[in-house]
Amino acid sequence: MLYFLQQLINGVTLGAMYGLIAIGYSMVYGIIGMINFAHGEIYMIGAFLSIICFTLLGMLGITWVPLALLLVLLVAMAFTSAYGWTVERLAYRPLRGSFRLAPLISAIGMSIFLQNYVQLTQGANVKPLRPVITGGFVFGTDGFTVTISYVQIIMILLTVVLMIAFSYLIGRTPLGRAQRACQQDLLMAGLCGVNVDRTISLTFVMGAALAAVAGVMATLYYGVIDFFIGFLAGIKAFTAAVLGGIGSIPGAMLGGLTLGLVEAFWSGYFSIEYKDVAAFSILILVLIFLPTGLLGKPEIEKV
Amino acid sequence: MAGRVLTETAAASERIDWRAALKECGLAAFVALILFLPLVGMVIVRAEGALALNFRFGWVLIGVALVAAGRLLLVGLRTVRPETIAAVTAPITRVPALLAPFASFAIAAGIVFAFVLPFLPFANRYVVDVGTTVLIYVMLGWGLNIVVGLAGLLDLGYVAFYAVGAYSYALFARWFDLGFWECLPMAGVLAASFGVLLGFPVLRLRGDYLAIVTLGFGEIVRIILLNWYPVTRGPDGLSNIPRPSFFGLEFDRSPPEGATAFHQFFGLDYSGYHRVAFLYFLALILALVTNLFVLRIRKLPIGRAWEALREDEIACRALGINPTNTKLTAFALGAMFGGFAGSFFATRQGFISPESFTFIESATILAIVVLGGMGSQIGVVLAATVLILLPELGREFEQYRMLLFGAAMVMIMVWRPRGLLAHRDPTIRLHGTTPVTAGGPARP
Repeated sequence: MLYFLQQLINGVTLGAMYGLIAIGYSMVYGIIGMINFAHGEIYMIGAFLSIICFTLLGMLGITWVPLALLLVLLVAMAFTSAYGWTVERLAYRPLRGSFRLAPLISAIGMSIFLQNYVQLTQGANVKPLRPVITGGFVFGTDGFTVTISYVQIIMILLTVVLMIAFSYLIGRTPLGRAQRACQQDLLMAGLCGVNVDRTISLTFVMGAALAAVAGVMATLYYGVIDFFIGFLAGIKAFTAAVLGGIGSIPGAMLGGLTLGLVEAFWSGYFSIEYKDVAAFSILILVLIFLPTGLLGKPEIEKV
Repeated sequence: MAGRVLTETAAASERIDWRAALKECGLAAFVALILFLPLVGMVIVRAEGALALNFRFGWVLIGVALVAAGRLLLVGLRTVRPETIAAVTAPITRVPALLAPFASFAIAAGIVFAFVLPFLPFANRYVVDVGTTVLIYVMLGWGLNIVVGLAGLLDLGYVAFYAVGAYSYALFARWFDLGFWECLPMAGVLAASFGVLLGFPVLRLRGDYLAIVTLGFGEIVRIILLNWYPVTRGPDGLSNIPRPSFFGLEFDRSPPEGATAFHQFFGLDYSGYHRVAFLYFLALILALVTNLFVLRIRKLPIGRAWEALREDEIACRALGINPTNTKLTAFALGAMFGGFAGSFFATRQGFISPESFTFIESATILAIVVLGGMGSQIGVVLAATVLILLPELGREFEQYRMLLFGAAMVMIMVWRPRGLLAHRDPTIRLHGTTPVTAGGPARP
C-alpha cells in the first residue's frame, strides 16, 4: 500500500511535468493543426536556461531559495518564450498554407538544429546541479517509508497555480477569446478582426513559457540535464496531448497525469527498462481505439 | 504565397526604404541578442563539484552582428533584386528543355561512372568505402521514397525496418549458420512483415499522427534491441557477422580447408581491396534493383493508386481504391527495401548495435527523400551524395554537421517546399492534353 502511495506521488509529479509540456503541443495543434516537433527542444532550452540562471544567481550571491526560484522561473519563461516565438517566425510562419507535411518536416529540422545548437554552445556532457531544495516529508511504518520531497510539493502546487491562471487567461481575457476563435476557424477569426499572426505567435509564446516551467521543474527534480532530454520528453508529452484529446487544454493536463501515473506504476511494478515502450504503446493504442482522446472533439474532414 | 508578397513589395518600392530596413534589422538584432545572451554568452562549466559560468559575450556580439547583417542583406535583396529570391524559391518542375536531351545521357553516364568507380586511378579503399555508404543511403532513400514520396505517408521510424533487416541477418547467420544470400530475402520478408504489423493498425491515422506513431515504433524497436540482452546482446551489439561470398568464393587471405578464396580462384594477389570493391558492387546492384523495382511499380495500378492516394484520399475512396490495402502495400514494400539495406549494412560492417539505429538515422533518410524532392528518384541520389559527401569532405566541420543538417531541412522547406528537384508531375497523361500541374491539396 505504501509502495503504491509512493508510486502515486511520483506519478503525479511526472504527470505535472508532462502535462505542462503537453499544453504547448495541444494549443499549437488546435490552432494551426501542426505537430510542433521542436517543442521538446523548447523544454530542454528551458531547463538549460534555468540551470544557467541558478548558477548565475549563486555567483551573484542570491541564495534565499524562494527569491531565487521566482527569479529563475521568470527568467526561464521569458527567454524560452523568445525561442518559441523565433521558431514559429522562422520555421513555421512561412509555411502556413503549404502542403500538409511541410511544417512537420520543418519542425523536425528545427528540432535537430536546436539540439545541436545547445550541444555546441553548452557542451555535450551532462550538467549536474547541486540540489537547490532539499528535504521533504517522510512518513510510513518501519518496513517502508514514503517520501514526498519539497520539490515534488512545489512542482504540484506550481502546476495547479499555473493551470488556474492559464484557464483564466484562455477563458476570460481578450487574448484567450481571440485564441479560441482562431482555433475554431482561422480565416473567419481573421475576417472578424482578430490579428491571426499575433495570436498564433502568442500561442507559441505561451506554450514555450509553460514548457520552460517544466524545464525548471526537471532541473530541480532530476538535478541533471543534458541536451538530449527534449527528445523523449517531447514525444511523451505529445502522447499525453493525444491521450487527453489534442486541442483540449484540460485534456492535455489529464493526459499528462495519466501518462505520468502509467509510467510510474509500470516502472514500479514491471520493469523500468521498458517504461518508454509502455508510453509509446499507449500512444499507439489510444490512436487506434480512441483517436479523439479522452476529452477531444471528433475532427470532421471537409472536402 | 511568398512569390506574391515579393512582387508586391517590388512594385511598391524599387528603392530601399532605409528606415523600415533599419527597423527590421534592429528588431532582428534585438531578438538575436535575447536568444544568444544566455545560451551562447554563458557557458556552464563544472568547477570543483559545483557549477560555474564562463562568460563569452564577444561571441554574442558576433552572433548579433551576423544576424543583423543577414537581415539587412535579405531586406536589400528583396527590394533591389526580387527576381533572385524568386529564382531560389521557384520549383524546378522538370528538367529545363535545353537540358532535356542530355538527361537520359547524364543518367546513363552516372550509372557507368558508378560501375567503373573502383577501377579508376584515384579510387582507393577510402573512396570506395564512402561510395558504398552513399549507395546504402541511396537505397534507403529509394525505399522510403515509396512510402513518403509516392504514397505520401510520413514515416519517421523507417530505421526500425533497417534495424530489423540488420539484426535478422546477424541472428540467422549466428543461429542457423546461413550465408548472406540465403538471409537477404528472409530479412526483406521479415522487415516487410514488421511493416504490415505496424501498418495494419495505424494506417487509418491522419498524416501527422502516423508520423508520430511510426516514430514511437522506431523507438520501441530500438529499446527492445537495447534491453533484450539474451538475444540481441543489448548495447554490446552483435559482432563477427559473416561476410558475403562471391558465388561461394570467400574474400579471406587464407580460406578454411577445402574452400577456395577469391584471389586464389582468379589467380590474383591477395588484397583487402577486393572485398571493399565487391561490397561496393553489391550495394550498387541492390540499389539499382530497388530503383528498377520502384520505376516499374509506379506504372502498375498499385503505383498509380499510391500517387493518387497521396494527392487526394477522399477522391480515391470515391473511385473505389481501398486506402488501407494500398497504403499497407507501400509500407510493406518500403520496409522490405529497408530490410535489404539493413542486411547489407550488417554484412558490410560485421558489427551492429542499437547505436546505429537511432532517430537521427531516420531523420537522415527522410531528409534525403525530402531534400531530393519527394517522389524523385534522381533527387534521392543527389541528396544522398551531398549529405554523405559534404561531411566527409569537411571533417573539421564534423561537429557542425547536424546543426547545418537541421537548418538545411528548415530552409529547404521554407524556400523550396517541394525539394530540390520537385517531381510531382502526373506520371500519366491523357492523349493530347497538357498535364494538370499537381499542386497537392493545400490545407485550408
